[in-house]
Amino acid sequence: MGQSFNDSKPIFLQIKDRIEDQIVNDQLKVNDQIPSTTQLVTFYKINHLTVAKGINLLVDAGVIYKKRGVGMFVAEGAKELLIEQRKKSFVDQFMLPMIQEAQKLGISESELTNLIKQLKGRE
Amino acid sequence: MIMKKDVVFKHVTMRYGHFKALEDLSLQLAQGKIYGLIGRNGAGKTTLLSLLASFLEPTEGTIEVNGKTVFENADLMQQVTFVYEKEYKEDTEKVKAHLEAVEAYKPNYDPDYALELIKAFNLPLTKPVNELSKGMMSALNVTIGLVSRSPITIFDEAYSGMDAPTREIFYQKIVEDHALHPRTIILSTHLVSEMDYLFDEVVIVHKGKLILKEPIDVLLEMGAAVTGAVEEVDHFVQNMKKINSQRLGGTKSVMVMETLSEQQRIQARQTGLEIGPVSLQDLFIHLTKEGDQDEQK
Repeated sequence: MGQSFNDSKPIFLQIKDRIEDQIVNDQLKVNDQIPSTTQLVTFYKINHLTVAKGINLLVDAGVIYKKRGVGMFVAEGAKELLIEQRKKSFVDQFMLPMIQEAQKLGISESELTNLIKQLKGRE
Repeated sequence: MIMKKDVVFKHVTMRYGHFKALEDLSLQLAQGKIYGLIGRNGAGKTTLLSLLASFLEPTEGTIEVNGKTVFENADLMQQVTFVYEKEYKEDTEKVKAHLEAVEAYKPNYDPDYALELIKAFNLPLTKPVNELSKGMMSALNVTIGLVSRSPITIFDEAYSGMDAPTREIFYQKIVEDHALHPRTIILSTHLVSEMDYLFDEVVIVHKGKLILKEPIDVLLEMGAAVTGAVEEVDHFVQNMKKINSQRLGGTKSVMVMETLSEQQRIQARQTGLEIGPVSLQDLFIHLTKEGDQDEQK
C-alpha cells in the first residue's frame, strides 16, 4: 500500500514534492533513473494522468530529463536548484506562519529566538 | 474524427418486453483508453457491454466499431473480448486445456504473458475448470481477458469473486500491460473507490441513460467540497450546482459541481472556508441518488 496523500494540495503537486524530496535527501542522485509512471501508479494507486502532470512539472523545471524509450533521470544540478527554490519558499511557508502565530500568542522576538535555540540544542 | 477501433453507440435503445434497459443512448469511446463504466445495479451496464460484444441486437439505434456494425460481424467479434462472471458448471476440461482453446481463437494471445498471469494468480493448471473456487474462476476469466490482448477488452464486474489482494494484482497487471500494449479497456464496476486510479475516462449510466462521460482529471476538478460556518458556506455556494449537503452543528459541508477558479479558492480561504476534493465515489453516489433530485427541485 502506498503512502497516502492529503487533501491540502493537489495530488500531482504532492507527487512532484515526493520526488523532489528524494533528490534533496540524496535518495536519488544525478543521472539516477526515477520510478516509471507505471511504477508510481501501482505504488501510490493514483491515476497516470495525475502522475504525468507532476512529472511534467519536474521536466519543465529542468529537475529531471527524459531519455526516449528509456525513462526519466535526475538532471545535473537538480539538487542545488531545488535547495535554492526551497530556501526561497522557506520564508513564506514556514517563517511567516510562525511569526503570525507567535504574534497571536504574544511571543516576543527574543522568546522566539530562545525557543529556536532550545530546539536546536535538543538535537 | 473517427479513429480506428473507435466505438460508436448511436441512439441505442434496448427493450426487454416493456422494460427499457437502455434508452436513446449515444456514446463514443476512443481507441486505446481505459474507461470506467459506472452505474448502480440495474443501470444498464451489462446490457450496454453485451451490445458492444454483439451478444445482443439493439431494439433501436446502431453500434459501430471502426465504422462497421457489430452485430453478427464475425471479424469484429474477434477484436472484442468480453469477460464477465462466467460459470463453468459443465466444463470438465482442465485449466490448461481451457487456455489453449482460448489461444486458438484469439489472434493476439501471448503464451508467455499467460504463464506470467498463471503464476501471479496461482492458477492450478491441472484442475478441471468446474472445480475451481469462485475466486479462482474470476482469476481465470480475468487472465483470459488480459492475455487475449484484444483491441477492445471488456471486464464486466469480472473481479467480484476475487478477494482484495487478488484484485490488487489484477489492477497492477492492467496498468502494466496497458502501458506496454495500449488498447481499449472497459471496466464496469461499482467498486469505484478502489479502481478510480485506473481510469482515463469515466462513463456513468443511470436508469438506462448516459448521464456523464468525462476524462477523470476533468471530472475530479468539476467537483469541490466546501466546508465551514453555515452562513459563509451558503453564501459561497448560492449560485452553484449543489449535489449534496451535510450539517454538523454550526458547520456545513456542501458538495458542488463547479470548477472553482483560483480566485474563488483564494476568496474561500480568506473567508475561512475549506475547499476539498470530491472523490469519484462521492460524485457517483450523489449523481445517481434515488428519486431524481433534479426533478424534485
